[in-house]
Amino acid sequence: MPSDLWSLYPLMLKSRLFEEATAQLWREGLISGELHLGTGEEAIIAGVVAQLGAGDALALDHRGSAALIMRGVEPGMILRELLGYPDGLCGGQGGHMHLFSKEYLAASSGIIGAAGPCAAGFALAAQVNHPGAVAVAFFGEGAMNQGMLLESMNLASVWKLPVLFVCKDDGWAITSQSSQSTGGDLNERAHSLGLTTYDVDGRDVCAVWEVAHTALQSARSGQGPGFLHATCVHFEGHFLGFQLIRVVRDPLKEMPEIATPLTQSFMQPGGAALRERLAGLKTIIGSILSTLHDPRRELTSDPLVRARITLQQDSSRLRELEDQIASEISQVVASVFASVPQEAS
Amino acid sequence: MMRNMFFTQAIDDALAQAMAADPRIILFGEDVPLIRRNLLARFGPDRVRNAPISESAFLGAGVAAAMAGLRPVVEMYMVDFLGVCMDALLNHAAKVAAFSGGKWSAPLVVRCPCSGGYGDGGQHEQSLWGWLAHIPGLTVIVPSTPADAGGLMLAALQLDGPVIFLESKLLSETWLEFLGSGGRATVQYAVPASGRRGPVLKKWEALPIGKAALRRTGVDLSIVSLGIGVHRALEAAERLEEEGLSANVLDLRTVSPLDRTALCELASQTGHLLVVDEDYQGFGLSGEVAALLLEAGLSVKYARVCTQTTIPYARHLEDQTLPNVERICAAARELVQPSRQDVPEGELDAKSS
Repeated sequence: MPSDLWSLYPLMLKSRLFEEATAQLWREGLISGELHLGTGEEAIIAGVVAQLGAGDALALDHRGSAALIMRGVEPGMILRELLGYPDGLCGGQGGHMHLFSKEYLAASSGIIGAAGPCAAGFALAAQVNHPGAVAVAFFGEGAMNQGMLLESMNLASVWKLPVLFVCKDDGWAITSQSSQSTGGDLNERAHSLGLTTYDVDGRDVCAVWEVAHTALQSARSGQGPGFLHATCVHFEGHFLGFQLIRVVRDPLKEMPEIATPLTQSFMQPGGAALRERLAGLKTIIGSILSTLHDPRRELTSDPLVRARITLQQDSSRLRELEDQIASEISQVVASVFASVPQEAS
Repeated sequence: MMRNMFFTQAIDDALAQAMAADPRIILFGEDVPLIRRNLLARFGPDRVRNAPISESAFLGAGVAAAMAGLRPVVEMYMVDFLGVCMDALLNHAAKVAAFSGGKWSAPLVVRCPCSGGYGDGGQHEQSLWGWLAHIPGLTVIVPSTPADAGGLMLAALQLDGPVIFLESKLLSETWLEFLGSGGRATVQYAVPASGRRGPVLKKWEALPIGKAALRRTGVDLSIVSLGIGVHRALEAAERLEEEGLSANVLDLRTVSPLDRTALCELASQTGHLLVVDEDYQGFGLSGEVAALLLEAGLSVKYARVCTQTTIPYARHLEDQTLPNVERICAAARELVQPSRQDVPEGELDAKSS
């Protein structure tokens, strides 16, 4: 069975429009704390989640909305949760980093790397109770330096657990470039623990689907765990309001706040010699410059833009599809605001 | 001579003063080059380092580097994340002095933002100082003003052992911006002005560790708190004053060591002690305070306002879960009022019948 872009694109678009709507609510202050979006990684999530069924489990990170929506959780329930409503997915108790759906065997965590042990445990239960089912862990490449994730890979390897470890690699670990914080090669790392490794361009949903299909079949048939490494971008960085992105988007507003104390500190007597101070300054300026030249600013990094290029061949069908999904999501938002619980208003 | 500083600015300033004087102090943690960029520009990349997302590795390494002669300041993104790497503190940092027969120590400072009030959910808003102070061998500091934060950071850097330095995120101008508002003007948080910014010394001096500070004097009851809770207690005391109840407010400043003398003195003065603790209620600081009063043979009326459940994500539920001014006032009235009621005996009998 080949991948079907016409069925994968709607999953991505639904998630994208949902997350753009939540971003707007965050900007309006209706979501109070952090908000980590998955915009940019939709092709990885869609390519994998589209192949999950009854008995399959999901171990999610702090960007769980996309996977849950694609898995079938009602978007309105997630939106109500993000707004802290008592009738939200988790009763307003969890919030966006702690989304849980017992119905779909999906659990999230805001602790980096925690998806590893969680998927191993779900897979153990599947091995015992539901042969043929798999557990999928989604995490970023920054999590690949976290002990518990590497330990889980080894555990899954020696117990031949049906897990697919999916590494969404955007090159940034929170606000640091992964090239500065990760040694060696991630695929080699996973391979050395006995996992079958797969590498794919995570901006190409059909490519992800094909590779994931092979990996999931292998895990389902008792061949042990797999490691799927997929590259992507996060348009909003680690989370909304990410400082480096703000600097790039609005330098006149943001730069003085950074530059004034930085210059004062740089000039302070006492401390390192000039050469080391300059090296420090270079690191900071380098971070800002690398954000400026970041691939996340390029349209071709957008998995939806890439999918549309192919789908444009039938532009009327595409327009109809997009209109339908856009209207679905705006109805979700409208219906959530049509019934705001009294205690949350 | 005084200056005015924000809370985290004060800590960083005291840290910079100590770093300029002591080359053994190095700084590392996740995203530290961005978060402490001002220190990076002054002290260079050898002393201000980025660490991978590997808390067990870099906190454990911090403990051993301290044993081998450095004075590391290890930064955690949040105190909650110590759950990932507790072994380094529980079984190592806290044990070095005892296991070596007092011949060796691990003088490191672990800097962690803590506490909630900005809608980040139950995995990112915990206080956990009771959990940490439970372990013999760890010093736990929770400042409530910029002056204390800087002075206690300097003291922490001079102490010959492991220190956990906790920074209430609502008091920290940078953490609240980083994790809360993210550049938005559309969100508001209940930030106490005197905790967020205040006068500090021109040159930092170390404050004594384990010494509480009396923030307000009163005669009817004593409220004991720490961190952001001190400011909630002070606001509650102002309201109670209008109702005719006059309250002391004691800022503990450190959880371990706990200032037993100040606690006992204050409790005996008013005979009524109210603990306001944003940490979990069970098996923690509030119970420890009660235990030490009993051990001292004091007979006082006691109550507490703490966090009793996992902190809910929804803002309105979060407000009710964390100690707020209303809950503190209600607990204070309940604690003191019965002893102030001059009810004739006959009337009491009539009521109870």
